[in-house]
Amino acid sequence: MSFDLLKIRKDFPILDQKVNGKALVYLDNAATSQRPVQVIERMNEFSLKTNGNIHRATHTFANKTTEAFEQAREIVRSYLNATESAEVIFTSGTTESINLVAHSFGDAFIHEGDEVIVTEMEHHANIVPWQMMCERKGAKLKVIPFNEKGELSMDALDSLITGKTKIIAVTHVSNVLGTLNPIATIIEKAHLKNIPVLIDGAQGAPHFQIDVQALDCDFYTFSGHKIYGPTGIGVLYGKRKWLDQMPPFLGGGEMIDRVTFGKTTFNEIPYKFEAGTPNYVGAIGLGAAIEYIQSHDHSVVLKHEQNLLQFATKKLKTINGLTIYGEASKKAGVLSFNIEGIHPFDLGTLLDQLGIAVRTGRLCADPVMDHFSVENMVRSSFSFYNTLEEVEVFYQALIRLKTMF
Amino acid sequence: MTIDEIQQEIIDDFAGFEDWMDKYSLLIELGNEMAPIDVQYKVDENLIRGCQSRVWLHQEYLDGTITFEAESDALIVKGLVALLLKIYSGRTPHEILASEPRFIDEIGLRQHLSPTRSNGLLAMVKQMKLYALAYEKISTKNN
Repeated sequence: MSFDLLKIRKDFPILDQKVNGKALVYLDNAATSQRPVQVIERMNEFSLKTNGNIHRATHTFANKTTEAFEQAREIVRSYLNATESAEVIFTSGTTESINLVAHSFGDAFIHEGDEVIVTEMEHHANIVPWQMMCERKGAKLKVIPFNEKGELSMDALDSLITGKTKIIAVTHVSNVLGTLNPIATIIEKAHLKNIPVLIDGAQGAPHFQIDVQALDCDFYTFSGHKIYGPTGIGVLYGKRKWLDQMPPFLGGGEMIDRVTFGKTTFNEIPYKFEAGTPNYVGAIGLGAAIEYIQSHDHSVVLKHEQNLLQFATKKLKTINGLTIYGEASKKAGVLSFNIEGIHPFDLGTLLDQLGIAVRTGRLCADPVMDHFSVENMVRSSFSFYNTLEEVEVFYQALIRLKTMF
Repeated sequence: MTIDEIQQEIIDDFAGFEDWMDKYSLLIELGNEMAPIDVQYKVDENLIRGCQSRVWLHQEYLDGTITFEAESDALIVKGLVALLLKIYSGRTPHEILASEPRFIDEIGLRQHLSPTRSNGLLAMVKQMKLYALAYEKISTKNN
């Protein structure tokens, strides 16, 4: 397993394009990552040769599809080092995964006066489902704040945990600040009080290896399209002891054991939580994406991503009037900033003219915008297929565009 | 000048630019030169919210014409807002309803008025037309 950047970029033909007449520099990986040919071909081949609905018929295509779908589940299980594949539930993405837990765990375990803890740096997807559940149940949402560097206050966590805390939901990596949170410590602290922890891994899974047994997290969620897989597929890992006790989220096919008009009994996990025809093509694509990731030496990939982040941080810091949001000591390849006197929309528009793709706006994290008293930010985010040369092009573009204002 | 003549003038102004940077520089300049909206109108009721940028729009109807005042927090949007005001402000409801802002397309900035761009600009044009429609109804009723 070697790390050959040129070879890797050949796996992502989409990167070798001109946008607005300029060589594409794709720095919006935290929004969605590009897919390697290995994933695209696997999905195409499946659609061209094997498609049939899963778990429902005896014909060859149906059986082959079921096999491929369950094989994808096993790939995810192994990637997360989960105890059993039944603990891996396929969802449409992180958002659905969190909604599932907020809804079903909330129904089973959260009552009036109980408390749920999230953090100030969560993506809306890890705030709103909990808020909705708390409103239904008359429970209270409490928030762990972060400091100016973008690091969570562990002292605050200690004081926020009470006898009424029922679950803690924390992002692995902040989608705005890039902060790699001390999730192992949080889980350890929570478990001392028997409180389960959900980790939103939408931004964590693309960069870090996850061992759910070593972490001992109760739930871990991530999206396929942020780890080189397709859109519309995601994962909810949950410990069996919780999933067994949680009621189904959606009702429909596959999730049932037996239906009569008097009473319906439900299937076992994971099927209990996979109502209707799942996105099996997406799951197969996700399996291919994970296999692709596993074909590289993770430590080398991580080192390269960290190099990109450090180089970009160093370069951008030399720009007058530029403020970086999030300078935690441990970060993933996410770099958000503003340049004084330049609106992020304007900067994003002009960068696009130079073929450079970044994210601008509120980044689905209003509380983070409020923390820094800004309306918007510009976010660049790096993937292992990005090059130091691309970071240099990005830096030069910022210098050039700054003169226009 | 009619709305269409002013639009043509804008199109001609921009036609001279070959480099996209010059085009955007002019928009930024227009945005910078634009008189800010009166603070009393820069309020939430006048806010057209986009995910990417915000636009405030205020209007007054007097003697059969609508005067618009507007502003955006993003300069490129503000430059386009300045151009929209140039063609639509001080016009009768009928003139406003009868004319589309075709200049944006013709100066090669169509993407800024696309529904996929949440910069508030498309919503601003819609809002101006809605005001025009409302005042047109009022004036026909009064006649």
